[in-house]
Amino acid sequence: MSDLMEKAASPQLSRRTLLKAGALAGGGLTLTASIPMVARAAAGAEPAEAMLNAFITIAPDNTITIVGKNPEIGQGIKTSLPMLVAEELDADWDQVRIVQADADMAKYGPQMAGGSFSTPMNWMPMRQVGAAGRQMLLEAASRRWGVDSAKLQTRLGTVVDPASGRSLTYGELASEAAKVAVPDIAKVPLKDPQDFKIIGRAIGGIDSPRIVRGEPIFGVDTQLPGLVYAAYERSPVFGAKLVSARLDAVKAQPGVIDAFVVEGNGNAEQLVDGVAIIAKNWWIANKAREKLEIEWDNGEWASHSSAGYDKKARELMAAGKPEEVFSSEGDVDAAFASAAKILEAEYSYPFLAHVPMEPQNCTALCKDDGSIEMWAPSQTPQGGQQGVAQMLGLKPEQVTVHVTRMGGGFGRRLTNDYMHQSAAIARKMPGTPVQLIWSREDDVRSDFYRPAGWHRLRASLDENGKLTGFDDHFITFDLGDGAYNPAAMAPDIFPAKFVPNLRYAQSKLKSAVPMGALRAPSSNALSFVTQSFLDEVAQEQGSDLPNLMLELLSTRGPFPDTQGFVGMQPGFKPARAKAVIEKSMQMGAWGTPSAEGRAKGFGFYFSHMGYFAEVVEASISDRGQITVHNVWAAGDVGSHIINPFGALNQVEGAIIDGIGQAMSLAVEIEGGATVQSNFHDYPVPRMPVTPNIEVEFIKTDYSPTGLGEPALPPVIPALVNALAALTGKRVRSLPIDGKALV
Amino acid sequence: MSRMTVNGRPVQFDMDPQTPLLWALRDAANLTGTKYGCGAGDCGACMVMVDGAALRSCLVTIAEAEGRYVTTIEGLSHDRSHPVQQALVAEQAIQCGFCTPGIAMAAAALLERNANPGEAEIREAIPNLCRCGVYPRLVKAIERAGRVARRAERISAAPAPGIDARDAASAVPAMRAPDIEGEIE
Repeated sequence: MSDLMEKAASPQLSRRTLLKAGALAGGGLTLTASIPMVARAAAGAEPAEAMLNAFITIAPDNTITIVGKNPEIGQGIKTSLPMLVAEELDADWDQVRIVQADADMAKYGPQMAGGSFSTPMNWMPMRQVGAAGRQMLLEAASRRWGVDSAKLQTRLGTVVDPASGRSLTYGELASEAAKVAVPDIAKVPLKDPQDFKIIGRAIGGIDSPRIVRGEPIFGVDTQLPGLVYAAYERSPVFGAKLVSARLDAVKAQPGVIDAFVVEGNGNAEQLVDGVAIIAKNWWIANKAREKLEIEWDNGEWASHSSAGYDKKARELMAAGKPEEVFSSEGDVDAAFASAAKILEAEYSYPFLAHVPMEPQNCTALCKDDGSIEMWAPSQTPQGGQQGVAQMLGLKPEQVTVHVTRMGGGFGRRLTNDYMHQSAAIARKMPGTPVQLIWSREDDVRSDFYRPAGWHRLRASLDENGKLTGFDDHFITFDLGDGAYNPAAMAPDIFPAKFVPNLRYAQSKLKSAVPMGALRAPSSNALSFVTQSFLDEVAQEQGSDLPNLMLELLSTRGPFPDTQGFVGMQPGFKPARAKAVIEKSMQMGAWGTPSAEGRAKGFGFYFSHMGYFAEVVEASISDRGQITVHNVWAAGDVGSHIINPFGALNQVEGAIIDGIGQAMSLAVEIEGGATVQSNFHDYPVPRMPVTPNIEVEFIKTDYSPTGLGEPALPPVIPALVNALAALTGKRVRSLPIDGKALV
Repeated sequence: MSRMTVNGRPVQFDMDPQTPLLWALRDAANLTGTKYGCGAGDCGACMVMVDGAALRSCLVTIAEAEGRYVTTIEGLSHDRSHPVQQALVAEQAIQCGFCTPGIAMAAAALLERNANPGEAEIREAIPNLCRCGVYPRLVKAIERAGRVARRAERISAAPAPGIDARDAASAVPAMRAPDIEGEIE
């Protein structure tokens, strides 16, 4: 995934773009753009190439169809990317249809929902393709009428000749446009943003009308003739191996079609040992698990627990001998030796589960020739396609993956273990389509969790109260050499580069607990740690966090474009950060005391190329019940908010998500397995937790970036900091224990 | 054999009488609009109306539903014209949409009892879990649905593009839905 992130970080269009036009079978125009992108990777890395393809068809009945190539998990991308094409095409939005593409690297380039990358990757290319289509339609009209195309205009899916008043719809011109020479996509003129009619318009989700009617559009709604259902029993202990299984009692259950052992392939991200039960309906398959008798070899992992990790981490922090220093500036030891005041604190946060509303599932059919057809709710369908092919010894083109709409993702569906399970099961029953569904308990207990983490922080202040040194010993997990660590702390995480003397060091724990990216990976934890501790620093200074942030952000000049705030994201601009901080202070009337019994807290974070500052107002009851009353959020994600409906939904949802993480969520490991099992003990937020949320966007002269993630990180420290202001007690471990504050 | 009326039609399920209504609807009746989210009566994704009351269909067996009148999201209206459906779209109280059918059924049952619910009553009547967090829009949407139900307001949340050609084709047989998928190949 990191490779994709680098490719996406800063796309530049190449002049080698291939735009192909063709005729539709029944008349009309197809436009296919193959856009090689040269992406600037992190400083020093070789430029990487990626293909980004777009498909548009204009039919004689005036229907414009745009292929939605990226997976839709509720983030609204299936609506917002076609809006970019339709804008420059100058189409009438009501004539646009969108079809979801299958997984196909050669045809579409990377198809992925993750990292808030879809918007920055597609902003320019999608517009250019639309503009090229418009040029061709103008040219077709020019030939038909014998009028210079420069004298013609487009409007709502028609070409108009202002001199004569005549007009033709795009549908009427499409077949002729297919014969026009294809323009140089790098040179086609784009609209002046002030003429935008679709970009910036609040447009409802493309699937919303189908959703309210209960139409079968999610992965788990897939129906095929002869479909059977599967449940999969794996060891609750991570890393365990299956020794033996007695399946007779299961097979004897009415409605059970078959039960068999599936041998894992040693890769937990693909296939772990288990038993598949196949039945006429899923309830029977799942219920039959009660009759299973399986012997597991839990190995060394059954002794692992969250409490054990916590104990080890605190020993490591106390010993103060990190395994590795990964970031160092100035002379941190000298800063602490000469400090007038030293602050020290230990922060920690737990494992978290993703729990998207639609439990993991995948439908697969193994055909007579051994090829596999799959219907998969996956954020990385191409990764699933390649993994399944590799696991089964097939070529990727022998694995067809239909991308379904997803009932949420949050990063869980970046890992395709359920696709591999489903394919392995289907392989054992060729010709029969099988739908694997996980129970919610399976989902909570077999996640790739947001890693837990611990930080021992120290800050030194001089006699004037100025922050002179910052030291962090981070305890994280060893996920294996070269593995993507979804909790990784980049060397230049704030306040690196903004404090003269600084050291980031780390030590690692061993674990078999599966870990993965959760919405705003790394940032969802580091925001809490760094912004809360800086709030402590500000308190010590007699200042407050937003003013300390403004001061720190003013200490260094403009950064070169490659300078990251959180490592993988180039181009951090202190001026953009300061603007959202000031905006949020103004929105939340920072400095004006709250009503009796309430207090405000602040948090800022830069992640996924988006800048967010948030002010939270909260109160706490005598019994420690916390209420979040208001959240004021100011964000900067560039020059345009493509679809305000989708944008506001993402920001509001991210804020509620973050409040849930702060107030109530933790996954605990005991005996090598997850303790929690369902929503009763993993209580994601409901309506009563929801505060009043006000959101404002600052528009700046930068290319638009994504909104799936960046609004989440700041709300956690903002809430913790509000509680510190309210109670005088500092929360240094999540989730917040309200009773400990009263 | 458990007999009941589902969306106005007589249905009999030749299944284990202990089968939860949810799985009978999904896996046997192909009414997949009703969603499985937790199986424990907690999240509300599986809500349907049973004799007018919003119930969690994962907790109701088909034996218990015998003789009852069951309405699922597919039966709420034929043309998504129910005020709740219109208002959820108009207010965009939808992100991933997986919890939406359950919420729509809970809200429809509420408006059946009281077409003018206050905010507190709405919050109480909608215990459903939405992992994406559309809650800020939900109260507004249901209040608006109430106004529509009382004929105090009309919504013309037009069907979104991308579905209307087929819809038109099914509503007006003379119209032909374009076979777009085939043409792209």
